[in-house]
Amino acid sequence: MTLRADLAVIARHVPDGARVLDVGCGDGELMAALRDTRGVDARGLEIDRGNVAAAVARGLSVIQGDADVDLAGYPDQSFDYAILSQTLQTARAPDRVLDELLRIGRHAFVSFPNFAHWRVRLSLLWGGRMPVTRLLPERWYDTPNIHHLTVDDFRAHVADRKITVEGAWFLSGDKSTGGAAANFLAEHAVFLLTRN
Amino acid sequence: MPDFPAPADPRFGLARRVTLPGPLTLDSGARLSPVDIAYETYGTLAADAGNALLICHALTMDQHVAGPNPRTGKQGWWTRMVGPGRPIDTDRFFVVCANVLGSCMGSSGPASIDPATGCPYGMDFPVITIRDMVRAQAMLLDHLGIGTLAGVVGGSMGGMQALSWAATYPDRVRAAVVIASTARHTAQNIAFHEVGRQAVMADPKWRDGAYYDGDPPAAGLAVARMAAHITYLSEAGLTEKFGRRLQAREQKSFGFDADFQIESYLRYQGLSFTDRFDANSYLYITRAMDYFDLAEEHGGLLANAFRGTATRFCLVSFDTDWLYPTAESRSIVQALNAAGARVSFVELTSPYGHDAFLLDAPELERVVGGFMAADR
Repeated sequence: MTLRADLAVIARHVPDGARVLDVGCGDGELMAALRDTRGVDARGLEIDRGNVAAAVARGLSVIQGDADVDLAGYPDQSFDYAILSQTLQTARAPDRVLDELLRIGRHAFVSFPNFAHWRVRLSLLWGGRMPVTRLLPERWYDTPNIHHLTVDDFRAHVADRKITVEGAWFLSGDKSTGGAAANFLAEHAVFLLTRN
Repeated sequence: MPDFPAPADPRFGLARRVTLPGPLTLDSGARLSPVDIAYETYGTLAADAGNALLICHALTMDQHVAGPNPRTGKQGWWTRMVGPGRPIDTDRFFVVCANVLGSCMGSSGPASIDPATGCPYGMDFPVITIRDMVRAQAMLLDHLGIGTLAGVVGGSMGGMQALSWAATYPDRVRAAVVIASTARHTAQNIAFHEVGRQAVMADPKWRDGAYYDGDPPAAGLAVARMAAHITYLSEAGLTEKFGRRLQAREQKSFGFDADFQIESYLRYQGLSFTDRFDANSYLYITRAMDYFDLAEEHGGLLANAFRGTATRFCLVSFDTDWLYPTAESRSIVQALNAAGARVSFVELTSPYGHDAFLLDAPELERVVGGFMAADR
């Protein structure tokens, strides 16, 4: 099975045998890959009960819960890595979720769709309509993405909060793109963060 | 109904009963000897005894989880979950289910004969706890030659036993499945049980529990069951099933017959329960549930019950269960997280309230089946 591009980036950079919490783990695709190929001890949190059932049926340890509420129960620094893939923009309080990730994990991987990608900009500039793209397929009224952000928004936020960026990867389709023009060219971004 | 061939080893099979010498030292300090345990096994125990799985039953259930109940002729109470090719697959697991200590389906309880007097114990039977039930099950497993369990699975009071197993014998439990359950009885849980106990004790036929030579306190026990039964159902479920519909009549009788269908239903539930259950057992087992507080047994912190555990846990709650609501499962999950345990949890949707785990619940079967299939 091929992992989604941002998950593949994360999977490549998680060391063997690490303890990982995947927040918003879906049906456990990344967790299963990490467990099967890297011997990772992976745990998940997922809001959708159908996804939780699917993940548990894969033999994964997944808890049904909401990143906005249920991260509070995890002890400090109890994981090597906390992962939040394509979920930040759906949180009610993304800044607090980010703080929680860095409290629970010694490092955090965060991936999100870049709202400043040129296609999104064009759609808004020329069409005057909220963009519906491959990565943002929902319309304005049914999208779970309630806190759109851009690569530059995120960079500014982590600088403001004194969070260290240990790595950053930018993707357009399945291809990498450079960091310099990422705010324009990247469809989504993956950041590796720490507060230590 | 699945067919379970009789195994060669007389310890294994349907409708088994063993008298173990004991003594079993109870939480109260009392010692019980001998200890009768009625149980059933399904499937084949592997040569290394590594495929054994224990099912723990709820308050008024019995050991006939997947096989026919010889008393009623009905099929087992959880054939949806346990059997050949079922989520708990008896082609793979050697499944054991034992009647709990204090009950009345063949295991030692207040209706058993007290060897000191030659008469039924009645209220001289020692007060027992959930942990005492678990200790008795452990004695049975020793007798059956089972060390480590691939899993302990239970709903409601069975879930309490599964939690207690994982806390009491962490090295003997690879996986625990806790369905529609709780780590402690709340004031509301105790209150409902106390209503039931007082109904039994207010029945003049109860006679301080020494009724075994005459009529049992059926009227009191029926009321106890009626009160408890309400807690097993959801308000929406009751409304859907009965609403305000009248029972076999066009209009209200302006009397106190069972005018409403719900009254008739509850009366039937109460009465039919008295045919199959001993009133004193009901007192003892509800007491055990009320005493249950796993955190209290571990210095007031639930996480301490699971510190360093290697057991995998799976918890399931139902959104309409107001007896042991989702919040109770969540607090167990938090404690397991704090202890670093491997835990899965899901809240499932059902219209049926607490009883949902015994009824048609395909998602439950999928979760439990998947969780147990991952045993390796």
